[in-house]
Formats: sequence, structure tokens, C-alpha cells
Amino acid sequence: MIDLLFYVFAAITLISALLMVVSPNAVNGAICMIISFISTAALFVLLEAYFLAVIQVLVYAGAVMVLFLFIIMLMDVDKDTSRLIKDKLTLAASIAGFSLIVILMCAAFASGEHLPETALLPVLENPTGEGIGIPYTTSAKSFGYSLFTKYMLPFQVTGFLLLAAMIGVIVVSKKHVENS
Amino acid sequence: MTVGLNAFILLAGLLFAIGLLGVILRKNTLVIYMSLELMLNAVNLALVAFSRYNGTMDGNLFVFFIITVAAAEVALGLAIIVALFRLRQTVMVDELTSLSR
Repeated sequence: MIDLLFYVFAAITLISALLMVVSPNAVNGAICMIISFISTAALFVLLEAYFLAVIQVLVYAGAVMVLFLFIIMLMDVDKDTSRLIKDKLTLAASIAGFSLIVILMCAAFASGEHLPETALLPVLENPTGEGIGIPYTTSAKSFGYSLFTKYMLPFQVTGFLLLAAMIGVIVVSKKHVENS
Repeated sequence: MTVGLNAFILLAGLLFAIGLLGVILRKNTLVIYMSLELMLNAVNLALVAFSRYNGTMDGNLFVFFIITVAAAEVALGLAIIVALFRLRQTVMVDELTSLSR
């Protein structure tokens, strides 16, 4: 049953991502992108990363894609849909590169002989915090525990990065005023 | 669930390939940017799968940081695209070649 769910959500993710790439209308592409992100969140649920699934839906499918849709509708860039792709040579080259990567991925991972098939480990309900590595848990408490112990410095750096991004966005999107 | 790690890595690789196809094929800057987000998403999926099958929390924390940085990056990139559109009235990459002349 859960295996069937994996295949269904994997198919939805791949098909909607492909529709996003080939869709001539950018708004339709953004909607396909939202579907792809939500089914990726469903795959996170299948991997028992519930907190990340919620974050994925809130941040990616919510905030990021709404920002994209807002900018697409603000710009109205779909006036001429005649010249979507660059030229014939670019089309042939990109399709050749895409098929090369697909063949490589299928040869490496579809047969299942190269990587050992590891079994799913049991999941703890609560983090213990003992030992060096933090074991895989389903609770959001372990995120807070890891963020404030092992990943304290990256957490602070990410905060400064968000501050810098905010100031940068304000500076870049401000209307340029001529100095008199 | 009896689906192994290989299936998740294959799915993440195919998603990454689709994102790469979008980046090198399309001309609209916004669609190129969405394809970049798709590639980041594929890496997130691979990291969560490795974390789950390895039994440690570190991959999940990486994905947490990647989502944070991606949100900041999208805000900044879209601001740059809006400034470019205000200056040149287009977002098609084949018309934004003023540096090569």
C-alpha cells in the first residue's frame, strides 16, 4: 500500500515537473511547480520527515511560488508565445544532454545492484540527545535540539544571511532617485 | 515501506535532470529560475532519503538550511529580475546581451 503511494507520488512529481519545463505559459508552469512541490512533501511524509514536509508546503509551495506567481502576473511576459526556445541546435543539444543524464541515472540506480539496498531503521518518538550523532526521529523537538547544539554556528550564519538578503532586496528594488 | 534507497535516488536524479533541461532549454528568465528551484528540490529529496536510510538527523538539518537559503535567494533573485525588467522591458535571455556587444 505504502509502496503504491510512493510510485503514485513519484509519477506526479516527475510529470508535473516535466509539464513545468515544457509549458508555454509561465503561469501554468508555476501551477505545475506547486503540484510538484506538494507531491515532494508527500514523499517527505513517506520518509517520515513530517516537519520538513510541513516546511516544504509552507515555504516552497506557499511563500516562494506565490512570490513567483505574483512576479509573473506583474510582468505579463507571455505576450508572444511564438519563440519559446532558443533555436534548433539548442533544442537538440539540451535534449541530448537530458537523455544522457537520464540514461546514466537509470543505469546507476534502476537496477539496484550498485548501491546496497538498506532496510528502513526504526524511528524513535523522542530524541535522547546522547552520543555523537542524533538518531532519526519524527518529532520536531530534535530539530530544535540539533539547531542549538551541533548546528549553532550555521544557525546564526543563516540568520545573518536572511538579514543581508532582506537589506539587499530593499536596496535592489528601490526606485533609483537621481542626485541633484 | 519496502521501497529502497535506490528508488529515491533515481527519482531525485531524474528531477535534477528535468531541472537542468529547463535551465538550458527555456528563454524566459522566470522559468529558468523555477527550474533552478526544482534542482534544489531534487537535492533536498536525495538528502532526506539518505538521512532516513542512514538513521541520522543530519540530512534533515541540511535540508532545513537549504530551504532557508533558497527562500532568501528567491527573494533576492526576483528583485533583480524586477529591476532588470524595469530597465529593459524584457526578461528573455536572448535579448539581454548588452554585455557582449
